[in-house]
Amino acid sequence: MEFIDSHILTILILMPVAGAMFLALLDPGKHEAIRRTALVVALLTFVFSLHLVIHFVPHEAGFQFEENSPWVPAFGMNYHLGIDGISLWLVLLTTFLTSVSVLASWKGIEKRVKEFFIFILLLEAGMVGVFASLDLFLFYVFWEVMLVPMYFLIGIWGHGRRIYAAVKFIIYTAVGSAFMLVAILSLYFLNAHATGAPTFDFTTILDNIVNGRLVIEPRIQVWLFLAFFLSFAIKVPLFPLHTWLPDAHTEAPTAGSVLLAGVLLKMGTYGLLRFNIQLFPDATQTFTPLIVALAIIGIIYGALVAMVQPDLKRLVAYSSVSHLGFVVLGIFVFNIQGVEGAVYQMLNHGISTGALFLIVGMIYERRHTREISEFGGLATPMPVLATIFLIITLSSIGLPLLNGFVGEFLILVGTFGAAVARAKLYCTLAASGVILGAVYMLWMYQRVIFGEVTHDVNKTLPDLSAREKWVLVPMVVMALWMGIYPQFFLRKMDASVSKLLNAPRVMMVRK
Amino acid sequence: MTLPQVPILPILPELILTLFGIAVMLFDPFTAKPHKSWLSSLAFIGVLAALAGNVLLLAAEGEYYNGMIIVDSFSVFFNFLFLIIAGLSILASRQYLVREGVNHSEYYGLLLFATVGMCFMGGANELIMIFIGLEITSISTYVLAGFRRTDLKSNEAAIKYFLLGSFATAFLLYGIALMYGATHTTHLSQISSALLTGRIDLRLVLAGTALMMVGFSFKVATAPFQIWTPDVYEGAPIPVTGWMSVGPKAAGFAAFLRVFFVALPALDQKWFWVLWVSSVLTMTIGNTAAMLQSNIKRMLAYSSIAHAGYILVAFAALTPNGIASIMFYLLAYSVMNLGAFAVISAWSLSGERRVTIDEFAGLGYRQPWLAAAFTVFLLGLTGIPLTAGFTGKFFMFRAAINSKLYWLTIIALLNSAASLYYYLRPTIAMYMREPGESGRTSAPQDSAPLQISMATKVVIAVSVLAVFYLGLFPSTILDFAQSSAFLVH
Repeated sequence: MEFIDSHILTILILMPVAGAMFLALLDPGKHEAIRRTALVVALLTFVFSLHLVIHFVPHEAGFQFEENSPWVPAFGMNYHLGIDGISLWLVLLTTFLTSVSVLASWKGIEKRVKEFFIFILLLEAGMVGVFASLDLFLFYVFWEVMLVPMYFLIGIWGHGRRIYAAVKFIIYTAVGSAFMLVAILSLYFLNAHATGAPTFDFTTILDNIVNGRLVIEPRIQVWLFLAFFLSFAIKVPLFPLHTWLPDAHTEAPTAGSVLLAGVLLKMGTYGLLRFNIQLFPDATQTFTPLIVALAIIGIIYGALVAMVQPDLKRLVAYSSVSHLGFVVLGIFVFNIQGVEGAVYQMLNHGISTGALFLIVGMIYERRHTREISEFGGLATPMPVLATIFLIITLSSIGLPLLNGFVGEFLILVGTFGAAVARAKLYCTLAASGVILGAVYMLWMYQRVIFGEVTHDVNKTLPDLSAREKWVLVPMVVMALWMGIYPQFFLRKMDASVSKLLNAPRVMMVRK
Repeated sequence: MTLPQVPILPILPELILTLFGIAVMLFDPFTAKPHKSWLSSLAFIGVLAALAGNVLLLAAEGEYYNGMIIVDSFSVFFNFLFLIIAGLSILASRQYLVREGVNHSEYYGLLLFATVGMCFMGGANELIMIFIGLEITSISTYVLAGFRRTDLKSNEAAIKYFLLGSFATAFLLYGIALMYGATHTTHLSQISSALLTGRIDLRLVLAGTALMMVGFSFKVATAPFQIWTPDVYEGAPIPVTGWMSVGPKAAGFAAFLRVFFVALPALDQKWFWVLWVSSVLTMTIGNTAAMLQSNIKRMLAYSSIAHAGYILVAFAALTPNGIASIMFYLLAYSVMNLGAFAVISAWSLSGERRVTIDEFAGLGYRQPWLAAAFTVFLLGLTGIPLTAGFTGKFFMFRAAINSKLYWLTIIALLNSAASLYYYLRPTIAMYMREPGESGRTSAPQDSAPLQISMATKVVIAVSVLAVFYLGLFPSTILDFAQSSAFLVH
């Protein structure tokens, strides 16, 4: 037990890797055994991640479950892991969505089954690593390495234009990371010259900045900020860097889309929150108006483009651009409501959009098309799916008592009270995004589910199987739980978010 | 009568290799054809013996033979590197030579002699010695490039390499002559002190430096002297291409580094900009051209040009850290590239067929482990974390940023991101397309089960392990490289 306590994050990273290695040794023909093994590994990882929730101390603002050992001592690289109230939930989201994705891929994946689950598990390890890293070098390692499984997931098991989408995805992200690497190295040398102790350790560098031991000139901060920002903004994706997203989401297999939207996009917003605003407060101040504007453009643009999509999956993909705009907006209003709302919205989006992709995937498995015009009246043959789809649609729109409401409401409240010029205008514009969201989602729902069955093939579509219910019910439960009792989640992030906002340098930005 | 006391320890690895090389060629006529692979085992044992000899060198640091040879951890490191390359290349060649019907023992002899030359380049402390080492290496390489005697392309490769190579060697020699004319010495540290006195003809020295740079740039294939690379790499036998892309290149860099950092530090601001420009050109030309290739050997030839460009980034940092990172990177690059060529050699069919990127379709499912290993090598060459390629590049770019070469590093990193495009193409063919989807119907014998020899498997397995070892636990090698790099500076 002691061992688990002190190495839980390493366990969470290595368990999927070990599972993937074990899968590699199995006979590729034994599909059922492979699926079961993958599911067991994913569930076991999820169960272990619950350890974090149970033993997390809510009122402690610092990092918990820390592990720190030297990696390349000559250059000050450390294997430093730890989570706070923000990354805690993102790790949980990762392990949860991975388990759901494995279960959701039972039938849809029929070729190269073994390789598929190997990549899903490796992806999980990379994603947990990104959220748990407290060393800039280690963070970069996970950030980059997790591109590889995603590239293969899209490229091998994707749809028609999968190769184009996979290559576009990986090159887009790699270009962004190139700048981040330069920034990480520059920051490392700035810190080394200022303090004489070379280290990539994030907490140490942050301490030095907060205590004034490391003062970065605003002119240099601007460059470093931009380099980090570019890499994260591509990942989010923030308008106008979003063009890889519709392709990647649409072409990816269902599990790939779920993890891409559910977890990978959050890495961008997480990076902004963890690194950009804490490390470069002066530059943050300079760029806040621009970023807020881009976020709002993203909210409205994403919603408008989603509205006219004829393809279900593309519609959900563009809705992500809009939702992630909200998250970025919440981060850059610099108050507790905004930032907590943003973190909460990250989780919501993972649940709601993840569930939407799952539902679209289930419909696609039955009809092999995603054209909205091919459907209509699905409520008749598939009442259970229609019900769950409705709950998830409403959660995505932000109906009270469902999860989406809490996040959006907090962000709007935060924006309204933000200490920036024209806060009320921003708030109004963002709120119009909520309305547009209701329009495109409900309109889509109506065209797919309500009315007469317009195509005869749709009349005989089977409703959800037991396995599919097992996939979707946990998502619905989470949507309700997060909507009805948000305090359970918010309580654990309070201390960390306050600490982040009350750091003396970030305070300056808030004024 | 007593013989003069000549120490043999400082050149023990070279001596062992030479003896084994001669032995391999002597035994050849007395060995019946079916037993010829015994000779490759002999050559391999020679490499192992030289490795053991090299360990003894660690305790014998110093200058020898009137300062012609220096034994320091820099030269020991490079000896290790050259011997590892030679060992892996010998193993990787066995099956190929038999398959192509060119299983002659000269091959292994030449490989050992070339390694002797490379070791001399790493341990030379004097320009003439460097020249001799370079010539031993080059002449062996010319022959190896044309080893498939009946094949036109192989002949073309050998002739091209020979003509252009001789020309470049002449440049180097002329540079050495001018340097001697200006400083009255060919000894590296004496040149350095002569330059510091200021009583020398700077014009001669600069002309000499420029000419030597041309010679070295040709050997390591950096722009604008990289033109020969694609044709030679494409025509040479696959294992030779793999070996050439790492061995002589690493030896070229070893000598390049030693000459410029030991003899010419006084002029570093003059050659810094040459390196800077050459680096940008080399990376960009290499990567751009690599994207357009359909033959995998040609693609890796251009990729090897690009990698020389990355190495120049760290070179331009002009620091011991930069040198150490180059040493580390050369090792990392060697295992990745040798592994990749071993896979290509295993997958290709006799007569060097099936070497276009499209023809890798289906490898992913017919030979999952081979394909997985190839993917690891390609991702390593791209610089994806957890592989040797990433740590290597990271250390090099770290050194560059430390010297405030921000733009050069950004250009290098963008190049690196762009290189994903072509390094991923084989993975697309292997995994993402069904066999035959590219419109090509495969001939019946193409689908015959692959026979991969134990030796090739060992090379691939060792390379994969090395790629991950250097990617996950770089400290040991890095620390060693760092301690040797300080000696040079």
